[in-house]
Amino acid sequence: MQLLKNKTNFNFLGAGRRRIAISFAVILVVISLASLATRGLEFGIDFTGGVLLEVGYPVAADLDSIRSNLAGAGFEDAQVQQFGAETDVLVRLPPQLKVDAHELRRRLQETLEASGESVDLRRVELVSPQVGEELTEQGATAMIIAILMIFAYVMFRFQWKFSAGAVAALVHDVIVTVGVFSVFALPFDLTVVAAMLAVIGYSLNDTVVAFDRIRENFIKLRGISAEESMNISINEMLARTVITGVTTLFVLVALLMLGGESIGPFSIALIVGIIVGTYSSIYTASATALQLGVNAQDLLEPVRDPELVDDLP
Amino acid sequence: MNKYPAWLNMLVPFVLLTGMLMALPNIYGTAPALQLADKDGNDITEIMLENFVRTVENDGVTPNEAYLKDGRAVIRFETVEDQHRAGDRLRDRYEGEASVALTLAPKLPAWLRGLGLNPMSLGLDLRGGVYVLLEVDMDTAIDNRLKSYEQDFDDRLRRADIGRHQVDRNGRAITVRLKNADDLEEASRIVRAADPDIIIIENAVGNSLTVRMTETQIKARQDFAIEQNVTTLRNRVDELGVAEPLVQRQGADRIVVQLPGVQDPNALTEILTATATLEFRLVDTTGELPGSRRYPGRGDEESAVLKLEVIASGDQITDAEAGFSEGSPAVFIKLDAAGGAKMLTTTQNNLNKPMSTLFIETRRESVTRGGVTEQRVVKTEEIINTASIRGVFKNSFQITGLTPKDARDLALLLRAGALAAPVYQIDERTIGPNLGHDNIDRGFRAVQIGFLAVIVFMAVYYRWFGMIANIALLSNLVLIVALLSLLQASLTLPGIAGIVLTVGMAVDANVLIFERIREELRAGVKPQAAINSGYEKALSSIVDANITTLIAAVVLFAFGTGAIKGFAITLSLGIITSLFTSIVGTRAIVNFAFGGRKLTTVPI
Repeated sequence: MQLLKNKTNFNFLGAGRRRIAISFAVILVVISLASLATRGLEFGIDFTGGVLLEVGYPVAADLDSIRSNLAGAGFEDAQVQQFGAETDVLVRLPPQLKVDAHELRRRLQETLEASGESVDLRRVELVSPQVGEELTEQGATAMIIAILMIFAYVMFRFQWKFSAGAVAALVHDVIVTVGVFSVFALPFDLTVVAAMLAVIGYSLNDTVVAFDRIRENFIKLRGISAEESMNISINEMLARTVITGVTTLFVLVALLMLGGESIGPFSIALIVGIIVGTYSSIYTASATALQLGVNAQDLLEPVRDPELVDDLP
Repeated sequence: MNKYPAWLNMLVPFVLLTGMLMALPNIYGTAPALQLADKDGNDITEIMLENFVRTVENDGVTPNEAYLKDGRAVIRFETVEDQHRAGDRLRDRYEGEASVALTLAPKLPAWLRGLGLNPMSLGLDLRGGVYVLLEVDMDTAIDNRLKSYEQDFDDRLRRADIGRHQVDRNGRAITVRLKNADDLEEASRIVRAADPDIIIIENAVGNSLTVRMTETQIKARQDFAIEQNVTTLRNRVDELGVAEPLVQRQGADRIVVQLPGVQDPNALTEILTATATLEFRLVDTTGELPGSRRYPGRGDEESAVLKLEVIASGDQITDAEAGFSEGSPAVFIKLDAAGGAKMLTTTQNNLNKPMSTLFIETRRESVTRGGVTEQRVVKTEEIINTASIRGVFKNSFQITGLTPKDARDLALLLRAGALAAPVYQIDERTIGPNLGHDNIDRGFRAVQIGFLAVIVFMAVYYRWFGMIANIALLSNLVLIVALLSLLQASLTLPGIAGIVLTVGMAVDANVLIFERIREELRAGVKPQAAINSGYEKALSSIVDANITTLIAAVVLFAFGTGAIKGFAITLSLGIITSLFTSIVGTRAIVNFAFGGRKLTTVPI
């Protein structure tokens, strides 16, 4: 079976298309940055610090009465929302600095059981704001280090113009994915940061595969322009790009639908990231490299490591 | 064409069979069990294990299996009723000697356990439990040290008969002010004698010395403080009777405590707020002095009647270290000036009489009686050591006549009593057992469905080659589980997500190879040659692509904490195993099925 006819010949990188593609990417990045600047992110307590309770009620929970009970007990700023099932409730409080953890737990449990039913405290998290600050710092550092290392690796295997293209695509993917979380006010927790790093890995996977073919064709197909050569390469890799994207999305959709509420943001981040990462490896990465004037001359001495190939089947 | 050398043909089934063997412990499930740990932190011996089993059997309960693991005894039962009944019996019988924890143990056949194989260990989010991150108050740790320097300097200067002086502490510096400028040099020499490494600055203007700890000293002090706290907490956590507790240092000033299966974080809060101290007291050999009392001994230590008067207490100990004195194990103790002075007069008057070290711990404990929970304060007083006074000494002395382990433990306890670096709880997470269960069920369901979708797709799209890729995918799952079981890295919910993602991405290598084979075939290359060049030409793309993903996963592992690390581990392992199964593994099958014969078409 084949999804695409034998040989596709889409003009991905023609000068006009390229301009549209780059403008599109730039617009998405601008929208994302604008939303991040104005609306910010719905940071989870991993980052802000605070109290989070996941409570299971024996019957469908009455959110209003839970809210008023909490307010009555002095927790006026409690956020109460449904979490997955009708019987499950998520309660969030800002950091409770002056109360002893022991005392706080007791008071919360009493308040939640005020209406008579006994509740199942499925999850209780008390996080100090200090931990959140460190996590934000760690997350950002991890992201920057990953991008730098990848830049170095691609430069070592290819050439700096490809590196620049790959990194442009990565930065684009990260900003747009975070932007989606900002625009749709999705909860941004620590697992989302992990997902972002996985997206970086995946998007790069795609980009490198495309670059590899471009390099091969630069050497094989002499006498045609870099643009034509890159276009042919991307077309040749199109089936693979689509199929891998599809199988990965299969499992991620399964994870989103079946994995439970707490893994939801993680799955969404990956799904968005993989869609964005797939088109960006075609457009952002290759178009950037092309815009930087990449050509066959850059790869006349291909840095192929013969050892890597020799000991494999 | 397309024949593998014999060694490669052997390697693939060898790796796969080894993987299956290592993954095997995961299919047996778990059964209710008890875990017993020695309260003094010693390893449980075979003899003790036999005693435990006999105790249980005498009560009419027959355990299914009993064995030692990591210095603890594990006894497995058929039913929860048996487990509870045996637990109660053991708790009564070994009160004060061993802690008894309810747990689940894998139902492994003996031959698998004999090979040292275990199922994957589950993270707290999958099994339920309490996680606490503590921060040690380093400022107080340093302050305490400076305080004892201050006293020591003051004392030495006074004894050296240096004119009027004044010792003050501001921030992290100690200032020694002198009346006469002429004394500056002499004072500097005296302070230097107290600690040869310390930084001393002589200020000619104002006749003063500024004394600071070096960076190395501060760092050493902080390390010392945190190591002590870890040890003390570990001892206290062991008292709780929790199966597989974890107390671990994290970074410069943090301690992670994980108590799997515990539902009430209050138990932990209680041991954290407990305070411990020590007192040196003389043994009342007559047993009749007013105020004298008999105190129990800890572990094998003898009980003794001690005098009421305290010679020195824990907060006067400035240092305690285990070492050797004339070839036999000893603990070297240093007291501050006041403690030293008292010790001097005491030892002068009581030569060759026994002196005891008394350990005192106070903690809050919740007790539930008839449905009402109330708090009470529990005070534990135990003798940890008794030794004869062999000479006259003041602020520096040694305790001998110990085993090397006793010496180490005593030194730790003395330091733990001496140093009151408080800990603060900065992160606390409790996962209920129901949520843990749900998380496992959901996670595995997602893996199953995602896996099924990919398998069907690959079979339809690439026919026989797709089926071969599916075998590789399944082997890949087995190998991931095998490696996780082998490394005993905790599997978390994000870890399962990492496996799911690997399943999606692992077929990428095969997609690359298969698409390449199709391309070659379209270009008119003969079947066997097309297969060969498909594998060869796709290789550099596959390697590059996976190395870059691996870079991201490794960075994630280095920076991530807790659950994130779990994701990074499964993702990294998945990338590595998938490279093997999807390149070497599928090629071996392809070569076996299609290699070396004439093909007119390729079923791809």
